[in-house]
Amino acid sequence: MENKQPSFYEEAKSDGISRKDFLKFCASMAVLLGIENSGVGQIVKALETKPRLPVIWFHFQECTCCSESFIRASHPIVANIVLDKISLDYQETLMAASGAAAEDAYKAVMAKYPGEYIVMVEGSIPTENEAYCCIGGRSAKQILEEAAKNAKAVVAWGNCASAGCVQAASPNPTGAQPVHKVISGKPIINVQGCPPIADVMAGIVVHLLTFDRIPQLDALNRPKAFYSRRVHDTCYRRANFDAGLFVESFDDEGAKRGYCLYKMGCKGPVTYNSCGIIKWNDGISYPIQSGHPCIGCSEAGFWDNGPFYQHLPGIEGFGIETTADKIGLGLGVATAAGIAAHAIVTNVRKHKEITNAPETATTIDNSKES
Amino acid sequence: MRSRTIPMREVHVWELPVRLYHWINALCVTVLCITGFIIGRPIAISSGTEAYFQYWFGTVRFIHFVSAFLFFFNFVFRTYWGFAGNEFSRWYNFIPLKKCQWKEIMDVIKVDILQVKHKQIDSIGHNSLASFIYFITFVIFLLQCLTGFGMYSAMSSSFLPKMFAWIVPFLGGDMSVRQLHHILMWGFILFAIVHVYLVFYHDYIERRGITSSMIGGWKFIEEDVVERHNNETEDCPKTTK
Ligand code: HEM
Ligand code: HEM
Ligand code: SF4
Ligand code: SF4
Repeated sequence: MENKQPSFYEEAKSDGISRKDFLKFCASMAVLLGIENSGVGQIVKALETKPRLPVIWFHFQECTCCSESFIRASHPIVANIVLDKISLDYQETLMAASGAAAEDAYKAVMAKYPGEYIVMVEGSIPTENEAYCCIGGRSAKQILEEAAKNAKAVVAWGNCASAGCVQAASPNPTGAQPVHKVISGKPIINVQGCPPIADVMAGIVVHLLTFDRIPQLDALNRPKAFYSRRVHDTCYRRANFDAGLFVESFDDEGAKRGYCLYKMGCKGPVTYNSCGIIKWNDGISYPIQSGHPCIGCSEAGFWDNGPFYQHLPGIEGFGIETTADKIGLGLGVATAAGIAAHAIVTNVRKHKEITNAPETATTIDNSKES
Repeated sequence: MRSRTIPMREVHVWELPVRLYHWINALCVTVLCITGFIIGRPIAISSGTEAYFQYWFGTVRFIHFVSAFLFFFNFVFRTYWGFAGNEFSRWYNFIPLKKCQWKEIMDVIKVDILQVKHKQIDSIGHNSLASFIYFITFVIFLLQCLTGFGMYSAMSSSFLPKMFAWIVPFLGGDMSVRQLHHILMWGFILFAIVHVYLVFYHDYIERRGITSSMIGGWKFIEEDVVERHNNETEDCPKTTK
């Protein structure tokens, strides 16, 4: 196919990014993606020679925190990727075009690169009444279905597109659904998190570009490179967990000493993400490092598994603070009371059996008292 | 002195494998409930120290996992024994497929639970209600293993836990798996309370030596019940032949 599109590297160069910085970026991406040394060369080559990736980036029911996270990525090249490469085609928040011109832009991509373009989705799709989210007079569902039809793959950014996030929290008034519930028959990459870590997002884009195929995914379609370990497994407070040293309240001695936040409701042990390794904001920190328990933002249904500061979720129908233990204890007491009542009744009603032979066995009963 | 003379037979009901299974199981469940409860709600036993001086929480979890493996293999063994053991331990006792088993369940409810009827229950092994409850317990055992090993698969690369990894996406994430695992613990606790009470109750009322039967294997059974069992004229013969 004929293309006069500049490559990533050419664009970066024209933006004043040095060769050294460019190579550093390639190397860090290779490390993030967990590919071997020779892979760095592949990435360098791909970014130097390959034309830009045709991408259509939709915003449905969302808060734009994924875009925010992405453009705040530490490395200037990442910002470059979004602002100059991807958003070029269609990105509702960032593109210059609007109205009919914008619609034309993404239709043009679909027409020009069938089977090659990538659809990236931020936000969930309402299904209760499709009218809850309409763009240019068409519903999110219609737009997504049409765009996904000839797409090479669909990238679901963040918890909204991967699992529904807050819009899908009970009672889910709009019937919000993640991408994988609306689209079938296409490779879907769920890049979890609320929002996902910027470097993770950049890593996915670089992978797609370099290898022309989707990264290895787990059972929930999350890229294994970033989501195969729990926050707990890479948490620097883990030694305190094993030692049984826990923060009991946010202002206690343990909190000052950096003890484990497990009892403050930390969801690290049930959350798959790279926060402990890649961290946020140029690797400065991540929530646990700042003294706050993980809220499990990269897990499906994390809003409904609240309260955030409680180890076990509340049980629906019993009030938000009521855990399995409270109900269990109640049932235990009720059982004990039932047993006591049964024991008393037994001594009254089964008096004969207790003091003598069973009444019904009288046919062969030689019982006697002496 | 009060005494009773009544023709009784001694019947060997629980073979050694069943008895071993039972006590290993009871021990494991007790340990798993205690350690599990601590994992879910760790006590604040120390503070003001550094992590490298101690490892108690890790030890509690270690004990939980060791007992979990023992519990699992013990349970697998009991399932096998349900096909290899004697007539009282076979699988058909536990699943009420016959009409008379349902009738016996109703009888036991009337005689022993509500105590509105006086009747002798013929069963030599478990009665039909008890068996059915054990069947439900076995299902809970299975669920507890599924959820437990499902969570464990995230911290192990060995073959057995990995076989259970699918349960996590199936239930929608580790959070729901942990919640279910925790709720099921209460199933064990409630079962154990009621179970031990009912064993004592039956011993008290029937005087067939049921408690010690799980120790020595033998029960005292009335002559007529044994006769009817041997002629298969008892109320509910449970064998499949
Ligand atoms: C009688 C059977 C069992 C009971 C009563 C039991 C109970 C519990 C409880 C209450 C918890 C704490 C849950 C929480 O965090 O709130 C727990 C955690 C756990 N249990 Fe079990 N459990 C049983 C069997 C098993 C089995 C068979 C396994 C299989 C390996 C297992 C593996 C685990 C794991 C991996 C955890 C999480 C530990 C952690 O987060 O560090 N459990 N169990
Ligand atoms: C002091 C404690 C206990 C005593 C004296 C005891 C005694 C007994 C007895 C006598 C039976 C046979 C009852 C019948 O025929 O219906 C039995 C069966 C059983 N018990 Fe227990 N038990 C105890 C604790 C437990 C615990 C903690 C558990 C575990 C949750 C448990 C699980 C079972 C099961 C599953 C059976 C059926 C056995 C089979 O056929 O494989 N028991 N127990
Ligand atoms: S703070 Fe959270 S993630 Fe870190 S060790 Fe404790 S429970 Fe695990
Ligand atoms: S620590 Fe937990 S809640 Fe915080 S960003 Fe990471 S996954 Fe989300």
